[in-house]
Amino acid sequence: MEYELVIGLEVHVELSTKTKMYCGCSTEFGGEPNSHVCPICLALPGALPRINKKVIEYTIKSGIALNCSINKKSRMDRKNYFYPDCPKNYQITQHRFPLCRDGYIEVENSEGEKKKIGIERIHMEEDAAKLIHTKAGTLINYNRAGVPLIEVVSKPDIRTTGEATCYLQKLKNILRSIGVSNCKMEQGSLRCDGNISIRPKGSKKFGVKVEIKNVNSFKALEKAFEYEYLRQVKAVESGEKIIQETRRWNECKNKTEVMRAKEQARDYRYFPEGDLTAINISNEWIEDIRKTIPELPYDKVERFIKEYNVSKHDAEVLILNMGAADFFEETAKLSRNPKAAFNWIMGDISRLMNEKSVSLSKLKFKPEDLVSLIKFIDSGMISNNIGTEIIEEMFVSGGKPEEIIEKRNFLQNSSEDEILQIIKKVMKDNPKPLEDYKNGKKRAIKFMIGLVMKKTKGKANPKIVNDLVNREFNKN
Amino acid sequence: MRVKKEEMKYVAQLAKLEFNEEEEKEVIEELDRMFKYMENLNELNTDGVNITINPYCMENKFREDTVEESMDIKEILDNSPQNLKEYIVVPQVIE
Amino acid sequence: MKLTAHEIRSMLKNKEISVEEIVRSYLNRIDKFDTILGAYLYVEKEGALKRAKNLDKKIKHGEKMGRLFGIPISIKDNISVKGMQNSCASKMLQGYISPYDASVIKRIEAEDGIIIGKANMDEFAMGSSNEKSAFKLARNPWDLSRVPGGSSGGSAVSVSASESVMSLGTDTGGSVRQPACLCGVVGLKPTYGRVSRYGAVAFASTLDQIGLMSSDIEDCACLTQCIAGPDKNDFTTVDMKVPDYSRSLTKDIKGMKIGIPKEYFEDGLDDRIRKSIEEAVDVLKQNGAEVKECSIPLVKYSMAVYYVIASAEVSSNLARFDGIRYGYRSKSFKDYRDLYFKSRSEALGMEVKRRIMLGTYMLSKGYYDEYYEKALKVRNLIKNQFEEVMKKFDALIAPTSPTTAFKIGEKKKNALSMYLSDVYVLPANVSGMPAISVPCGMVDGLPVGFQIMTNYYREDTIFNIAYSFEQSTNWHKMSPQISEV
Repeated sequence: MEYELVIGLEVHVELSTKTKMYCGCSTEFGGEPNSHVCPICLALPGALPRINKKVIEYTIKSGIALNCSINKKSRMDRKNYFYPDCPKNYQITQHRFPLCRDGYIEVENSEGEKKKIGIERIHMEEDAAKLIHTKAGTLINYNRAGVPLIEVVSKPDIRTTGEATCYLQKLKNILRSIGVSNCKMEQGSLRCDGNISIRPKGSKKFGVKVEIKNVNSFKALEKAFEYEYLRQVKAVESGEKIIQETRRWNECKNKTEVMRAKEQARDYRYFPEGDLTAINISNEWIEDIRKTIPELPYDKVERFIKEYNVSKHDAEVLILNMGAADFFEETAKLSRNPKAAFNWIMGDISRLMNEKSVSLSKLKFKPEDLVSLIKFIDSGMISNNIGTEIIEEMFVSGGKPEEIIEKRNFLQNSSEDEILQIIKKVMKDNPKPLEDYKNGKKRAIKFMIGLVMKKTKGKANPKIVNDLVNREFNKN
Repeated sequence: MRVKKEEMKYVAQLAKLEFNEEEEKEVIEELDRMFKYMENLNELNTDGVNITINPYCMENKFREDTVEESMDIKEILDNSPQNLKEYIVVPQVIE
Repeated sequence: MKLTAHEIRSMLKNKEISVEEIVRSYLNRIDKFDTILGAYLYVEKEGALKRAKNLDKKIKHGEKMGRLFGIPISIKDNISVKGMQNSCASKMLQGYISPYDASVIKRIEAEDGIIIGKANMDEFAMGSSNEKSAFKLARNPWDLSRVPGGSSGGSAVSVSASESVMSLGTDTGGSVRQPACLCGVVGLKPTYGRVSRYGAVAFASTLDQIGLMSSDIEDCACLTQCIAGPDKNDFTTVDMKVPDYSRSLTKDIKGMKIGIPKEYFEDGLDDRIRKSIEEAVDVLKQNGAEVKECSIPLVKYSMAVYYVIASAEVSSNLARFDGIRYGYRSKSFKDYRDLYFKSRSEALGMEVKRRIMLGTYMLSKGYYDEYYEKALKVRNLIKNQFEEVMKKFDALIAPTSPTTAFKIGEKKKNALSMYLSDVYVLPANVSGMPAISVPCGMVDGLPVGFQIMTNYYREDTIFNIAYSFEQSTNWHKMSPQISEV
């Protein structure tokens, strides 16, 4: 009996607003414990919530970017439960009328076919306080209490862990590109829980779902879901029933374990939040927000593939940093050499940015300058290696390629006679490579080419050097 | 509508309240009495009627995303039953 | 000798008296009588005197006098005043000192009012006699063996016995109007959304309003003027300008259409109270109002609606009292879960626990649609019916209480009486419309009052009608003789 894996993902995303969801306390990371608190987020007697407009904007923005329809009549509800990380012992969230619903993210299934993973809903809620468990007791830091979150709930359309990671990756990139969150799983600004169930292949009925928590990385997601699938199959095959429960992924033991329920009975007693007003969204507001959304990453990918002949893989790498994608596009357009543009940006430029901790916005040169460099190389006036040296200097001093070429006398030597002279000299001074080559060491040719290039300080046209060295070596 | 003892215990769990035998009886009696009143509501036909949450129509009250001053830590700790430096402390939470 | 705020103001202006002398006289009275009256849970002696001295300096320098200049005001102990206790008359908050001011307090202080102390109440505002205070009893100044009413019992006592000039209370289900009536003072519940609730410990978010008590209508209008108005800290306040209420202080009510809902004058109302109210209505007629009977059949459902909504909301609003960040924490618990059970069960009174249980039940799985949502729909029906009636009338008259103050310890009388005491006051909370209780008589030496209710945000009409009645009679001048024990 073959069992199909059914996955639904619930993703909590921390929004990058300046203040909390219901009060004006700062959301800035760090800070002394309990230094960003007030009567509202501490739930002092008599405090009342004040909803942050930016959160509504960001939620609508996310909904639009994820193809959702926006609920024009929305409101907040209370979710009642007692827990030390919950100051009011209720959370103000959205139960009945989430702000967004019925969206989707397109992924590729295992056969490479496009498939839409439905998004059931996106709603706004608030984060809980941070608990630090020690032997002396559990310490509570309320700085995080009240930080705005959106919860993105997918439909149970996912069938493999591959689809799950693809969905999550795309969700991350899309939300990051519209500026609503930095989506860092490691930092906790993107948290993913999974609802896993199995059913006999071909069956339409859904099996009992198990919630999996504590999945803190993409790797963990894959391992946890694979484990849970096998666990459930094994259980069913040995006649056991799957219990609807919450399980925790244990990184060290590589298994899922039953978590003791936070609230014995999950009876949240949802009811409308009477301290806040109804949220009625006008069409104008939605349109205004829609206008602020730039080209979305995966639309950009499609367009790059079409317009610039970039491979899907390369395009998907570019959109991980929208600044890089823009830089690439400008360069590709003006230079008409998208491949070169891509290679320079993802190659030397990325390397240098990492080494020197410089962000794209702080680069000392512009796309036009890279275009200029590419043109020099394309025309044969300089080699790629020289190009690297020029880029390195542009990085540091910000000069233009023409200036640097002039200053350092980089123009490529394409004179066959001159190059031949140099080759002969180098061969004379270094007889060993030819010997090795004759003795069957084919790699010695490369070594010789390297010596020649070094002698010419990289200025010799590498193709010509290659041809001539080959000719000389094969002469005798 | 007779409130059952198990139901009462379940609700007490949710509300984080404990009762002795006598108090339990009292609560059940009170609940029963109240529910008799509630049943009156069933005399009214409310098909198609909208719910009223706030008695005066209110919509779209929001706050701008501007940082406001937070409270002083001392003010918080002064009222706390137990604290360790700047943290509030409770008995260790074990899942 | 009872003084009103406006009388004190002219005395101050004429330099007949200093603020310090005023405050001292009230403090002395509290000293003398409050041990027996129990109106205060806390008296801010030093702070009040300090402030008084500062205000006297202001007069000396000829500075502008705020509207509440030098007036001692008591505040129900569930409204936050920075640096003072906010116990809600509960063990749960014994020792808690509020680190912030409620918005209404800020407004009072901006008008140079003096907060003289925190008033006694029923625990967490649940009750109608002040007998549910965890700390002490409050007594009706007119008869010390009787209750002052509740839950804002201490507020009513302080104004009635001249231990303060005015007071702020909270009215969720009649808790300002009823004690005001039983103690012979004015008690107003403003329109829902007229006065900011920020800083008032929440009972039922969609029913609560901070209310006011005073000796007469002019004082009431003045205090309302100061505390009413939109507040950025309370999103349920309405962006409507506060009219100049002083313009409503005229006897002229010619042409005002006043309705008498027949459902309010059926059996169960004490005949002598009925008579007092009829006499009050006659006064209004004499002053030019057109009085007609009307019918609001849905009022009888306001009780069920109220109890469902109020208990559901309070079960959630009181969840924050868990002994973790502030308040009572039990000394004997097994683990963190037990901490909740023990702290809450040990520190909360039985009445509070009963309401929490009722509310939790109502919202729990399986019952939400049947009770809570049903109640919200009936609330809509009641609201609509009142709005329809208000299209034909400027105001409605009703009794505030079916009886005068009952004896302390006396078990609630018959079901009908209990029902009526709810039904007279609850519709104003359920619909959100404003209502005031005005003294209109005496029965066996105990005060009687009647209610005036108007459409949303028509407190000006309330003041007009009430002032017209008051200035044609002397009930507002009466003052209890407190037997010194």
